[in-house]
Amino acid sequence: MNIRPSDIEQLKAWKRVIIPDDRDLYKIDYYLAHGGYKTLKKALEMKPEEVIDEVKRSNLRGRGGACFPTGLKWSFMPKNSDKPKYLCVNGDESEPGTFKDRQIFEYNPHLLIEGTIIACYAMGITAAYIYIRGEYGKWIKMLQKAIDDAYANGLIGKKILGTEFSTQVYIHRGAGAYICGEESSLMNSIEGGRGYPRVKPPFPAQIGLWGCPTTINNVETISNIPVIISYGWEWYSKIGSSKHPGPILVGVSGHVNNPGVFEMPTGEPLLEIIYKWAGGVPGDKGIKAVIPGGSSTMILRGDQLEGIRMDADSLKVAGSSVGTAGIIVMDEDTDLIQVITRITQFYYRESCGQCTPCREGTDWMFKILKRFQRYEAKREDIDLLLDVANNIEGNTICALGDAAAWPVQSMIRNFRDEFEQRVQASRLQEITH
Amino acid sequence: MLNEDNLKRVDELRKRYPTSQALMLPVLWMVQEQEGYISEDSMKYVAALLHIPFGHILGVVSFYTMLQKNQIGKHHIEVCTNVSCMLRGSEKILEHIEQRLGITVGETSPDMKWTLSEAECMGSCGTAPMLAIGDEYYENLTLEKIDKLIDNLK
Repeated sequence: MNIRPSDIEQLKAWKRVIIPDDRDLYKIDYYLAHGGYKTLKKALEMKPEEVIDEVKRSNLRGRGGACFPTGLKWSFMPKNSDKPKYLCVNGDESEPGTFKDRQIFEYNPHLLIEGTIIACYAMGITAAYIYIRGEYGKWIKMLQKAIDDAYANGLIGKKILGTEFSTQVYIHRGAGAYICGEESSLMNSIEGGRGYPRVKPPFPAQIGLWGCPTTINNVETISNIPVIISYGWEWYSKIGSSKHPGPILVGVSGHVNNPGVFEMPTGEPLLEIIYKWAGGVPGDKGIKAVIPGGSSTMILRGDQLEGIRMDADSLKVAGSSVGTAGIIVMDEDTDLIQVITRITQFYYRESCGQCTPCREGTDWMFKILKRFQRYEAKREDIDLLLDVANNIEGNTICALGDAAAWPVQSMIRNFRDEFEQRVQASRLQEITH
Repeated sequence: MLNEDNLKRVDELRKRYPTSQALMLPVLWMVQEQEGYISEDSMKYVAALLHIPFGHILGVVSFYTMLQKNQIGKHHIEVCTNVSCMLRGSEKILEHIEQRLGITVGETSPDMKWTLSEAECMGSCGTAPMLAIGDEYYENLTLEKIDKLIDNLK
């Protein structure tokens, strides 16, 4: 039986492991005194394939949005390679509505570093690059301090903890491009190019950074590794939903009384997250719509939230996805035309321009949506908008084309009445002026 | 063009990457921190330093929004207007700043003191609305907080 802490007693008993209450963990002496880097020692005493096996059996799935099984991804890395192998830790965190990795950099940076070194050991990697978005200058400094401290204590570098294993950990600072959170674009950015996504296959495990085998994992994913190795896969796989287990950092923003990042087991009911964890909607207003996992995920109607849980399977059934677990709540007074116009403007601005459907399509969708916003929309604009979105989806190199199409498609599917009302209002305005 | 300290940092950075082209972003950041922006002359300098064609550098600089090709104001105010901030009133925040500074989004004040930009989500959704000035985040903004902030920077 899996633990479901939505039961109040269990909720109280839920001990946070990724971002504990303890606010001194960023200090290396304190972290070491409280069991820090003991898991690294434990991992280094295991065989690399045993570490991978442990991660595989834990059922950990990537926390960056795609929910890909982490252990499986690791097992794609060639065991014998005459080329160096690399790890990229993705801390680009630029999906609107997402602000979780930042908490790890600030409150538990050594957990991330420990996980990074363990991942390197498991895959035989000698250099890891932690890619962090350029805007996080302050958090880059915090993490760099933690890395320097770890180097000074012999935890990174040559012959770690007296073993034969050596690896380096570096931070690479981005410079303000949403697309660089896409893994192949991230690699091009590290290599010193424009952040253009690459065609897959070949996958990074074969041809990645500088043509070498590479694994890319999200910051939160890597931070789960020491937890798995420390407590064991059996313990870990019982937390939350069995097919998508473990602790998850859920961000709640928008119209809630208590916005923030909450660590909880996967599979918590969406409504309980909004009402219990995030304190409900200001003014006790009703919920019109919810974006469950960052702005790229399909929008849900407020009246269809009952029974939806915060895990990959439940949200898939509900017609959306868990994404980066960044929930955006919109109350009954929200102008959804304004919301979707702003979201589309974001994708229009951030499209890297490599694929025509995305580059031209996002511009076109934004133009049509501005007509709705200005009360100049015609009835056929609704289907035109949908047609453009449908022609972006699946027709681009990377998934961010889909990410631009899904919000528009789901908004029309779930809130067609809002678009139709705007068309009516547009006609009325035309007549009266 | 890069000062001695920065040139030392470049030498250190070379050990981190197998190619010199990978030093592109770190070195461009260094130039921007030292000079305030990345001029065409700076790009030519970086081209020579890293043995990369000038055109490639121009392509990179123009791709990343945080890299400034022109001189900007002393205080670069970036206001997030993406969804989570929008739902919590970023529009009013932006309007208020425009009024206080007498410039609109995208403009730099004639005395080169302020540049005002609209920014995409900066990962501060739980403390929205927000703005950033350089590396510093100002969160849970109110109009009073903005007045205080601007007065302090004046």
